[in-house]
Amino acid sequence: MSKDYEVVIGLEVHAELKTKSKIFCACSTAFGAEPNTQVCPVCSGFPGMLPVLNEKAVDCAIKTGLALNSEIAEFCKFDRKNYFYPDLPKAYQISQYDLPICKGGYLDIDVEGERTRVGITRAHLEEDAGKLVHQGDITTTPFSLVDLNRSGVPLLEIVSEPDMRSAQQARAYMEKLRSILLFADVSDCKMEEGSLRCDANVSVRPWGEQKLGTRTEIKNLNSFRALERAIEYEAKRQMEALEDGEVIVQETRTWDEGKGVTRSMRSKEEAHDYRYFPEPDLPPLRIDRDWVDTVRKSMPEMPVQAGQRLMDQYGLSQYDADLITQSPQNLKFFDETLALYADAKAVSNWMMGDLTRLLNQNGMEIQDAKVKPALLAEMLRLMADGTISGKMAKTVFEEMFVSGLDPQTIIKEKGLVQISDANSLLPLIDEIINNNPKVLQDYKNGKEKAFGFFIGQIMKATKGQANPEMVNNLLKERLNRE
Amino acid sequence: MELHQLTIHELQELLSRKETSALEITQAIFSRIHAVDKQVRAFITLTEEEALAKAREIDNQGEYGRIAGIPLGLKDIFCTRGVKTTCASRILENFVPTYDSTAAGKLFADKGILAGKLNMDEFAMGSSTEQSAFFSTCNPWDFTRVPGGSSGGSAAAVAADEVPFALGTDTGGSIRQPASFCGVVGLKPTYGRVSRWGVIAYASSLDQVGTFAKDVRDCALVMNIISGKDPLDSTSVDLPVPDYSASLDGNVKGMKIAYPREYFQPGIDSQVQEAIKKALIKYEEMGAIVDEVSLPHSEYALPAYYLVATAEASANLARYDGVRYGLRDFEAANVIDMFSRSRAEGFGEEVKRRIMLGSYALSSGYYDAYYLKALKVRRLIADDFSKVFAKFDLIVSPTAPTVAFKIGEQIGDPLTLYMNDILTVPINMAGLPAMSIPCGFHEGMPVGMQLVGPAFGESTLFKAAFAFEQNTDFHTFRPALEVK
Amino acid sequence: MALTIKEVEYVAQLARLQLNEDEKQIFAEQLSSILEYVEKLNELPTDGVEPLAHILPVYNVFRADEIRPGTPREEILANAPLVEEGQYKVPKIM
Repeated sequence: MSKDYEVVIGLEVHAELKTKSKIFCACSTAFGAEPNTQVCPVCSGFPGMLPVLNEKAVDCAIKTGLALNSEIAEFCKFDRKNYFYPDLPKAYQISQYDLPICKGGYLDIDVEGERTRVGITRAHLEEDAGKLVHQGDITTTPFSLVDLNRSGVPLLEIVSEPDMRSAQQARAYMEKLRSILLFADVSDCKMEEGSLRCDANVSVRPWGEQKLGTRTEIKNLNSFRALERAIEYEAKRQMEALEDGEVIVQETRTWDEGKGVTRSMRSKEEAHDYRYFPEPDLPPLRIDRDWVDTVRKSMPEMPVQAGQRLMDQYGLSQYDADLITQSPQNLKFFDETLALYADAKAVSNWMMGDLTRLLNQNGMEIQDAKVKPALLAEMLRLMADGTISGKMAKTVFEEMFVSGLDPQTIIKEKGLVQISDANSLLPLIDEIINNNPKVLQDYKNGKEKAFGFFIGQIMKATKGQANPEMVNNLLKERLNRE
Repeated sequence: MELHQLTIHELQELLSRKETSALEITQAIFSRIHAVDKQVRAFITLTEEEALAKAREIDNQGEYGRIAGIPLGLKDIFCTRGVKTTCASRILENFVPTYDSTAAGKLFADKGILAGKLNMDEFAMGSSTEQSAFFSTCNPWDFTRVPGGSSGGSAAAVAADEVPFALGTDTGGSIRQPASFCGVVGLKPTYGRVSRWGVIAYASSLDQVGTFAKDVRDCALVMNIISGKDPLDSTSVDLPVPDYSASLDGNVKGMKIAYPREYFQPGIDSQVQEAIKKALIKYEEMGAIVDEVSLPHSEYALPAYYLVATAEASANLARYDGVRYGLRDFEAANVIDMFSRSRAEGFGEEVKRRIMLGSYALSSGYYDAYYLKALKVRRLIADDFSKVFAKFDLIVSPTAPTVAFKIGEQIGDPLTLYMNDILTVPINMAGLPAMSIPCGFHEGMPVGMQLVGPAFGESTLFKAAFAFEQNTDFHTFRPALEVK
Repeated sequence: MALTIKEVEYVAQLARLQLNEDEKQIFAEQLSSILEYVEKLNELPTDGVEPLAHILPVYNVFRADEIRPGTPREEILANAPLVEEGQYKVPKIM
């Protein structure tokens, strides 16, 4: 990034709340159903229909608010946000305008060893719109189709302060927020299914300038990578525009993943005038402190506390702790493995290394993996007692990932047992030394390479199964006796 | 007396004594409708075949009670499963709901028989039923006059003996004013007393379902059926429903009745005022204590109402966009044009006017000056009533400033038309229950008296209205219709 | 408060109502006279008055998070002016 400018980023995140039914009617929220098969007259905006609030959605909002250190409003209400769009059946969205359920709050992110506190402005409940399906691009499609399955799915919109200064920070915020939502068990947070969505407000300003620059809002950020790349692109675009003496236009832009650019969505659309007013069909909410306390008491361990526990108890780094607390499933895997095999660093390394790599390659979640904590613990134990080498362990792990077989079986089937028995190794060492008198002479003359040659020959003869450490020691001892 | 002239409770008695059948009653009702509705024009849709089939079914079961086997009419704002529900609008001309509104569903569950759907001002916006997109309804007392509105079809149908009772809705007077104009009993209950689910919304914070009947006893009977909490309507209130029929004891001794001086001003026809004053004397004779009070913010209720109601309407009517149901313009080149053209073609002038006013009142820069100001005034109006009800049991006033006016007389001048609601609107703003009962005649047309009670004080209204009815005969008069 | 034709056009655009020139003129006049009438409210001092948005003293009305079957697709789509592949079909967006 340019050294003359500072990037300022704020994020608006929409999280679909994990309720079975929609926010104002009893239709299912399940993802992936045939179009318009999870609809009723309420979520389809038919005449005479009225909303009734799903209590679980309010619970989820309170939980999230507590996890984000927000103040839970004692009084809040719903409002109508009016605009016409074919996927918005009532032509208004029931949302919260001036009295959101959660006010203020923050979360801390760590990027390259530096901690930043990102403020939360507010979080409010609202209903999702339906889905528009185009033939190809929205700008050229001759017609569109409307599916209302998603209409009325509960959303929590979480708005951050413009407290982030780099795309990396924005990504870290999004990752941290996701882990909090997952730990609080309020959202599935599947970006690919749209249950976690994000719009980024980006502006740039000269270093030292206090006033914020004109911002653009970037939409269509469907992955962490898209978020990071889009912000980097947009910041650069704005800086170059300013350098060229251009003026930044406040507008909505969309991220084109394929081309790697943001594009203006400006059309002849009028200025937004949403005409918010209190929703007369829904009585307001009074959230008494007993309710909040009940929710507070039911809160599971949050990633921040869990991460601290990992650092305090096991001496893990902030980085490792962050990775393990990315999701409750990750942490559960770690905790369960650790209960069986008490080397935190080893468990963490394997989880974050081979396991994460294989999960990503196969597009899987940790809870779906065939490798279970007991298997990993057993493998680590076999490594520690010398039954298998680190290199063998990699093979064993990959096999466990595919088959879910226990390491003992894999070792047996693949003949992977490490030879750690001096009595079987010593005759072999003797034989190799005796067969190579010239190399032995070289060794005596101080040639380091000769030692390596003998090791190689031994490993070759044992098909790599010899315990390398033991071979090393035995060979040294034997040569020193020459 | 012929069957079509009888009240629900009279029909009920005949049924329980097996002196008639649901089929006979239903046939009588339809022959009456066929005889007079060409002139009255109260019905948009008739459901004769289904009604006769249902009547036979009820007769076969042979169990009667409450409204079992009694035909009824519904304002065409109540959604009815499988029966066209138009709201008297082109935009919903062919709309067939897949659901029954809760209030209608309760009547059907009690074996009431739907005779048909009744005319109204389009989307309940109007005071004369001339704003129906289809046709005007005539006042059965004088076909050259309006029946009032917006529930004009319901009032006219009951007055013309086309149905023993009908449901309507009241947002600013839409039950009481037509009841007054047509000389029948009309009740707008407390906001939250009857479910609004399945009732097409005009102004959600003001709309309330109510009933038209030939006498107070019938009105109480119907209220017993339709009242109560509905889990599908968050604004319906979870309070026990008293047996309203039990309050019909005719005793108003010691009842404290207030008449607000602001409701007896110039602008209110002097003959209408005279009729109410006579009624007040009657109440005193019956032992009630009558006194004048002030509702100081009354004159601000109407302007505040027109802002609140139209603002809510602008959102409530936004869903008619041609996507999921209703009229669509197929010529439009893109979706925005499709919205704008479908709505322009589908809505009538008064509806457009109110959508425009409401959108303006909410729009950026005007919200505080108009909408928010109106909400504050609404508070002052509600407080006025609270103060009076701290000391009184009942408020009495004229229902409408005049008797029914001539068809066409007030069209084209929205403000004059809005003035019809000046005595009824404040009650909706305060969410209170109110009833209009016949209390006299002027120019040969009925005059209605408005009784207003405290929130959920419907029993007081029934008590006072029944006592008046017992001591007068205004409710026994029916228009002499020339049956062609 | 007189409403200009331009303001009428803006509000009509917000409300998605296509108006012809005559209608714009009529609405400008009628809405102006209605607005003039509602100006009456400004006679009333309302500083410190709590706006009344919900008339009932009712709060926290909820439903439990339970699924119930919705409306069968053919039934709910039966009123739609245009349907394709089980979805509402609308003309192009832009």
